[in-house]
Amino acid sequence: MDSKEQYKIHKEPFYQPQANEVALYEAAYIARLPVMVKGPTGCGKSRFIEYMAWKLDKPLITVACNEDMTASDLVGRYLLDANGTRWLDGPLTTAARIGAICYLDEVVEARQDTTVVIHPLTDHRRTLPLDKKGELIEAHPDFQLVISYNPGYQSLMKDLKQSTKQRFTGFEFDYPDTDMEVEILSKETGMEQEVCGKLVKIGQAARNLKGHGLDEGISTRLLVYAATLIRNGVDPKDACRMSLVRPITDDADIRDTLDHAIDVAFG
Amino acid sequence: MATETIERSEELAAYWQKLGCNFALVDEVFDECMKEAIARLSSTGLESYIENARFIGKMGRGAEPLLVYLEEAPAVARLIGEEVLVDLREFAYYMSTHTNFKAIVPFLQTCAAVAKRLPTRKLFMKYVELIRDMMDRTSTSVHGHHTTFASPGLPPLLKQAPRLLAVLSLDGLRNWIEYGIKYYNTHPGRQEEFFSLESADALAVLQRERHGTLLVDNERKLDTYIRALWNDSDYLVPYSLAFDELRKPMPYFDDDGIRLPDVYDDIDGVQGIDRYRAALAHMAAHRRWSQKMIVDNWSPFQRASVEVFEDSRVDYLACQRYPGLRKLFLALHPIPKEEDLQLEEQGISVFKLRLVMVSRAILDPDYKYENVHVREFVQRFFELMESGEATSAEMSSVALSFIARTRGQRDLSPKIYFENTEVDYRDDNRHLWIYIEESDEDEMFEHLEKRQKPDEELHGLPPRHYDEWDYNAQSYRPDWVSVYEALHPRGNAGRIDSLLAKHNHLAKRLKAMLEMLKPQDKVRIRYQEEGSELDLDVAIRSLIDFKSGSSPDPRINMSHRTDGRSIAVTLLLDLSQSLSEKASGSDQTIMELSQEAVSLLAWSIQQVGDPFAIGGFHSNTRHDVRYYHIKGFGEQWGDEVKSRLAEMQAGYSTRMGGAMRHAAHYLKAQQADKKLMLILTDGEPADIDVHDPQLLIQDARQAVNELDRDGIYTYCINLDPKADEYVADIFGKQYTIVDNVMQLPVKLPELFIALTK
Repeated sequence: MDSKEQYKIHKEPFYQPQANEVALYEAAYIARLPVMVKGPTGCGKSRFIEYMAWKLDKPLITVACNEDMTASDLVGRYLLDANGTRWLDGPLTTAARIGAICYLDEVVEARQDTTVVIHPLTDHRRTLPLDKKGELIEAHPDFQLVISYNPGYQSLMKDLKQSTKQRFTGFEFDYPDTDMEVEILSKETGMEQEVCGKLVKIGQAARNLKGHGLDEGISTRLLVYAATLIRNGVDPKDACRMSLVRPITDDADIRDTLDHAIDVAFG
Repeated sequence: MATETIERSEELAAYWQKLGCNFALVDEVFDECMKEAIARLSSTGLESYIENARFIGKMGRGAEPLLVYLEEAPAVARLIGEEVLVDLREFAYYMSTHTNFKAIVPFLQTCAAVAKRLPTRKLFMKYVELIRDMMDRTSTSVHGHHTTFASPGLPPLLKQAPRLLAVLSLDGLRNWIEYGIKYYNTHPGRQEEFFSLESADALAVLQRERHGTLLVDNERKLDTYIRALWNDSDYLVPYSLAFDELRKPMPYFDDDGIRLPDVYDDIDGVQGIDRYRAALAHMAAHRRWSQKMIVDNWSPFQRASVEVFEDSRVDYLACQRYPGLRKLFLALHPIPKEEDLQLEEQGISVFKLRLVMVSRAILDPDYKYENVHVREFVQRFFELMESGEATSAEMSSVALSFIARTRGQRDLSPKIYFENTEVDYRDDNRHLWIYIEESDEDEMFEHLEKRQKPDEELHGLPPRHYDEWDYNAQSYRPDWVSVYEALHPRGNAGRIDSLLAKHNHLAKRLKAMLEMLKPQDKVRIRYQEEGSELDLDVAIRSLIDFKSGSSPDPRINMSHRTDGRSIAVTLLLDLSQSLSEKASGSDQTIMELSQEAVSLLAWSIQQVGDPFAIGGFHSNTRHDVRYYHIKGFGEQWGDEVKSRLAEMQAGYSTRMGGAMRHAAHYLKAQQADKKLMLILTDGEPADIDVHDPQLLIQDARQAVNELDRDGIYTYCINLDPKADEYVADIFGKQYTIVDNVMQLPVKLPELFIALTK
């Protein structure tokens, strides 16, 4: 199947398991239970899902959710055609038809009335009604729904409804511990361990400031960026300032502190 | 006569002759002074010295100026050149002829110390000019008197000059003096207090003007530093270095927080902020890796040694963690001179030097030294550290054997070698020691002090202090205004209800307008190329276009957005005396009309559902600005609030800036996208202790700017028909003048609706 093939992941993504999450995910998949992954930004949630899709050899359809997303962005809509209108499936509908893993990234960003459309797909019914089209889709046996969200910016406005939450099995992710993070950085980028160790130290310094001027610490993803820049010959301190400090804060005090952390970490 | 009783050499006698002075006091010390002068001055310098001294002696101001000149002038001349001998005399004469002769002695007394701080003639003369300027401006003549009064602040200023220059640059000194002249020129007693550094604001301004990196300015930065890099946090408490010259206090930490100096100057290329970081890093390392030790049986030498080894251990561990710290520590750590170890033979105790050599050697792999003991113990240190972090106890045993090995007879000598042995960033290590027995050492006094402190009771809320902007100086007067806050007293809530009933028809009209303001949940956005749904009207039109061969409009979709409303409002009422006047063309007072207007506005805002507070203020000098809470953000518009509103009283003056800052303090804490502060006033800002009408206007202007920076939109509703003269100066374009006060109850809610639509 052509459309199925294009969503497949052909090359093994690098993923360093932190615990037994791979086995647990496989168990959830066998039962086709919907999965929710939580954790701070850039800690490896999306990479994990990508890795699992590769491991299970299933297509993966990712939707990045945002505030303006509406139900029809997920389900599909009518478009104009020479002969009138034509129906176009949305990503969720496509996934349900072809039996893909549908991954709704940062689902809390979408409005609550939008997230409700996934409800019939996530319980025993496993169906998706397309009311505009008058069609009821039975989900393909391979179909699975995965959502991710970051409890970090939970506010009154941005939280999942209980009725949504209670349809999922959950995985909680966090930044890996020091040794593992060093390992991840060096495997991902090919940088030597020593430099990676220093980067991780800077990252941890910033994570200590969470809630004291930073909304979120420096993520593993940003550390990978820094390591990549250093590997490509950028001066380590410049690379760190550019990839670790400037993106995450506009606050002069925090910036000075992190710049200083870089200076002392690299000597 | 005294001259005849003292015998002097021919040369000195000749000078004495030239001086031509008969003061017995001078005669006694003349020989001593001349000895010094001859040693320090050239022959032309000596001539000038005697000549100028002669002049000062003949000024008719007694023996003292001459005495001081003779004693101090050679030292000054030595520092900044011999021309200054004339300059000193000229300025002394100037003071003498301008009624400030009492200041001559302090001027001459401190000029040597000042010259040390300002070591070129150019700088020194700038200082003299500064003093001259200050003197001219503070020597006042009172109308009707024929004399000019001497400057009351000048003598104390001259006495303080060396101390001031120790912490201030010349520019800083100028600013500090300017401040004193500006605010205390008309008040001799206060002026004297200011210039002798006795008043609180003298110290506050001094602090503001001083050079170096201030702790207060960088507290947050340092707090984030210790949190980020050390995962630790504590109060950072400043102590002052300026007033404890004999025993320099050191950083330390205890249960109450981390104590750091209030200011660090840059030294040896290390910035002040980095010195703070070094001190914090060292203390954080202690907090992480040091354990307490029982020290009753240790001698002071042993303790000193344990301190050095333990400090080195935590520094070593800190550098392991953050290698870049080593550079910083090295720059701040003194480099001891090994050759000075020989001074021991001259009876000088060099144990401190030995210890600091150990410390340097551990920190600095490039440090060159020979001493075998130091070498051995540095090696023992590194051997111990190879095993891991080691403990304070293990380190202390090494330290104790170091003392046992190197102890010498001379260590007990009262002459101790101190040079280059203080490590600036290290704390006093009081946290390391446990005493089992109560000791009578002076460190214990703190606990006594605590016990003696009387229990203070709080009466009401303490005042909050706010800075006030002085447009003349273009700077803030620190903590100038005291704001006392309280709940407004209560009255009869029924009055407000009857006022509202009176405006029943108006309320109905407002209600319709308010409905429009209420958050409409979904708003349709049409003409979208991408959208959630097909907009049929447009789609059909496009289809027709398409079929008929013209190009269709592709924007055939529509989408929705939710329309939220997030506005927090504070209404600030001016409750000054003028409010009780009758409104022109009406038999109601402005107060009553305001009450009506505020009630209607409060009712309106309640309808819309925005968070909303009402405060009132008036002032009676800067020491007593009253801020009344009439409605808090958390309260409902109910009888409680109405009763406070009904009791509104007019009195005193309008110090607007302080009240706005205080109201903003609460509004800032609100969670809302937009913050609006409405100020209802009937006149310009004024207070009885301010004579310059522009001052409070400019301060209010500054407050508006500050609020703007904090994301608060200020808007003024002014009831003064002549307000055009000043209201735009304060609020820019954000104001409305309600000329016809009768209209206020209608205007105010309408204005709110227009502002927040």
